[in-house]
Amino acid sequence: MEIPYAVKPRPDTGLYNAKVGIWLFLASEVMLFGALFSSYILLRVGAPAGTWPHHWLNVILGMINTIVLIASSVTVVLSWASLKMGQFGRYRVFQAITLLCALTFMLIKSFEYRDKFNHYEFQLKDGSVVDGHVDWEKTTAKVPKWIPFKLSGEGKIVVEHANVISKYPTTAENHAQLMEGPAPLSKEAKEAEERPEKEIEVSQVKAFSNYGPWHNTYTAIYFTLTGLHALHVVGGAIVIFMIWGPLAGVYRKDPVRYTNRVEVSGLFWHLVDLVWIFLFPVLYLL
Amino acid sequence: MDSAHSAHSHTHAHDHDHDHDHGHDEHHELGFWQKYIFSTDHKVIGVQYGITALLFLFFGFVLMMMMRWQLAYPGHAMPIVGKFLYKILGPSMVGVEPDQMVNGVMVAKGNPGVMMPDLYNSFGAMHGTIMVFLAIVPLAFGAFGNFVTPLQIGAPDMTFPRVNMVSYQFYFWGGVIMLASFFIPGGAAKSGWTSYSPLATVADAHVPNGQTFWIIGMVFLITSSLLGAVNFITTIIQLRAKGLSWMRLPFFVWAQFVTAFLLLLAFPPLEAAGVLQLMDNLLGTSFFLPTGLVVAGQASVVSGGGSPLLWQHLFWFLGHPEVYVLILPAMGIVTEIIANNTRKPIWGYRSMVYAAMVIGFLSFIVWAHHMYLTGMGTRIATFFQTTTMMISIPSVIILTALFISLWGGSIRFNTPMLFALAFLPMFGIGGLTGLPLGFNASDIHLHDTYYVIAHFHYIVAPGTIFGLFAGIYYWYPKITGRFMSETWGKVHFTLSFIFMNLLFMPMFIQGMEGMSRRMYDGGTFYLGTDQVHGLSNWVIGLNRNISMAAWALGLAQIPFIVNFFYSINNGKKITNDNPWGATTLEWQTPTPPPHGNFEKPIEVFRGPYEYSVPGHVTDYTTQNEPDKHSHGNPVRS
Repeated sequence: MEIPYAVKPRPDTGLYNAKVGIWLFLASEVMLFGALFSSYILLRVGAPAGTWPHHWLNVILGMINTIVLIASSVTVVLSWASLKMGQFGRYRVFQAITLLCALTFMLIKSFEYRDKFNHYEFQLKDGSVVDGHVDWEKTTAKVPKWIPFKLSGEGKIVVEHANVISKYPTTAENHAQLMEGPAPLSKEAKEAEERPEKEIEVSQVKAFSNYGPWHNTYTAIYFTLTGLHALHVVGGAIVIFMIWGPLAGVYRKDPVRYTNRVEVSGLFWHLVDLVWIFLFPVLYLL
Repeated sequence: MDSAHSAHSHTHAHDHDHDHDHGHDEHHELGFWQKYIFSTDHKVIGVQYGITALLFLFFGFVLMMMMRWQLAYPGHAMPIVGKFLYKILGPSMVGVEPDQMVNGVMVAKGNPGVMMPDLYNSFGAMHGTIMVFLAIVPLAFGAFGNFVTPLQIGAPDMTFPRVNMVSYQFYFWGGVIMLASFFIPGGAAKSGWTSYSPLATVADAHVPNGQTFWIIGMVFLITSSLLGAVNFITTIIQLRAKGLSWMRLPFFVWAQFVTAFLLLLAFPPLEAAGVLQLMDNLLGTSFFLPTGLVVAGQASVVSGGGSPLLWQHLFWFLGHPEVYVLILPAMGIVTEIIANNTRKPIWGYRSMVYAAMVIGFLSFIVWAHHMYLTGMGTRIATFFQTTTMMISIPSVIILTALFISLWGGSIRFNTPMLFALAFLPMFGIGGLTGLPLGFNASDIHLHDTYYVIAHFHYIVAPGTIFGLFAGIYYWYPKITGRFMSETWGKVHFTLSFIFMNLLFMPMFIQGMEGMSRRMYDGGTFYLGTDQVHGLSNWVIGLNRNISMAAWALGLAQIPFIVNFFYSINNGKKITNDNPWGATTLEWQTPTPPPHGNFEKPIEVFRGPYEYSVPGHVTDYTTQNEPDKHSHGNPVRS
């Protein structure tokens, strides 16, 4: 028994089965990310005025990742076009670039994630807040990177380039300062090239957390959106790799079927790219 | 089932020798696992879905029968199951009856088996979840859709048979996760099938808890229906037989088509919501937890800033289309059976198709009528009130078309037809009682009362479930080659019909009297002191009547269960492949249909319901019968 139109298009619809299937799947993906973007909007609109964080992410890195993903979308199309013209070698090269782009994207993303997990906010018992990256080499206390955030025992924590805010709970001004991230360096500090590091004793700390998803609703939606997107990048890259490498033998037996597979995986890859094109301005720029 | 036959009898396998020329798959002796567990045959998967879903339907009903004991006799030990539950779930879930004063003497009763509040909440949440996501949808969409749709469109199988298999596996394991959650510390999810946050996140102090299992189970079920939906739509678009144009599709296929689109587009937002709630649950985020959340008198250590309303929006964005996922397949089944048993074409077939599409579209913009009491603005409320009233129009069109189809027919009152006929007024009651809930003014009084429970159960229980029973009795001969017993079928129908109404009708009264749903003690706490304040004795007393009807309804299913299994080997044998004299393609196959379904590619020449065509030899003209006079002309319906 063979399923009709698995490879050749059905005359009246002009499509083969998998192409209909992937477009439907993409529609559901749009609804999935659409719901998450809607959640983002609702959370942001619902936040008290002036409390939504800005510029917490590195725009340059985000920009590079955007270019990397767009480039990978171009190479996906080029590789499919090469296959259509029967140039298997060119297809292989272009798709290899796609995979490299995916790898680059994930490397940059993981670098960004690591930075957030090393970035801490300590609320001290005297009411002040110390915000910055922990210097793990100088720190002697055991500081967890994951929930629950509890300190035990003795020791000191060293925070690099500490942004110290004198009062917490915040006045509107303090809050704004906290939300804006480390204040721009003053002239003197620029001359000294860095803010001083700050030492905290474990006994001073009242509450703390790093900038993981638990930090506030911004980091929560940031990690959810980009995490889910990253899963899509990895999934898409695995499929593209499987077709590119282990399953390449199909090309000799059934080139049309093979080209269809490349097209379908490419369509998915475009969606992954498209989602990022929305994620970048929403999370990095706005 | 078809493979069951060829497995057990060698001679039977030879009967299908003529199938071999169009496929080679039959030559491979498939092992047990490939044949029954990981089968890629849509018919086997349909039966898998059907059996699993019926088991869940029964289990969900058992949960409710136990809850009905607590509502009727609050604080008394459950008979029959009480001691057993006490043993397996422990004293935090199932308590012991307190000591009682009898004639001035303290008597230790000591009967174990009192349903504790946590268990009641768990059962309530899981009853809803199981019935909606593990019983009705898999039965209506997974089972009937899988078995019947490819046959009715003349396809050899689904477009993606392996995806179909994976879809069932996801459903099955999602169900296992849901069931497993009863036995973890703290028990299963207990925040209602709607799992409103922040309650759902704070109901248990520890993680992982029942709610974690619920979300993970839901992600499995969502993945399952997503894969199913993609498969169904692709199959219906791509694999229609030659000549089977869109307006020649049986209405059942149209219903499945629209249903698949609802599942495809409405479920992802719930998946998103599930992911967010899982993060709240496990990672300490605050998507749905507001700033300053106080739990049990203590300020909660959450980062805050979240929105409880966000969950409700995301949930009901699925939740309302889900209602039509429940009802549309049943409408499809009922339409097939009514056309077949009135022996005349369906009146207004095209209107019904367009109505189904309009329902599909409108169902995406009515969701906030579940949220009138969340303090939304009057303009928003007016918008959703208007769309809600609009969506009742296509529903009424379908119902009216089916009623008019009965006019002038010489109706055969067999068991499937009885269930199909009962569907019409029962769905009518359910639908019309929904109007006061759709108007925000009257909803303020009725919101979250037993009136709501009665309303949606009329749609789903005597509505959809009757439609599904009709489908089981109708297609049973196609699957097994034997009829189910008519006599016992009619006993099953009569008793179910009576007790369904005795069960749900009084709830309308309770609701209008103001009895709130989700009350552990059946409302006795609010027993009124006079005629003005609180609930009257009579209203609370109705609980016992309702519970009796529920248990009687449970007993009324025994004829069905026995009939179902007994008839597999002992039912009346069918004499030909089209025992009901039907027009649609699923009856133009051998019984049971072999792997690949049709002996040779099939061509369609006419619409789906050409019954009693004047001058024709039989009172039905099958869709694949060539028309000598006007070859290939589209047939008006």
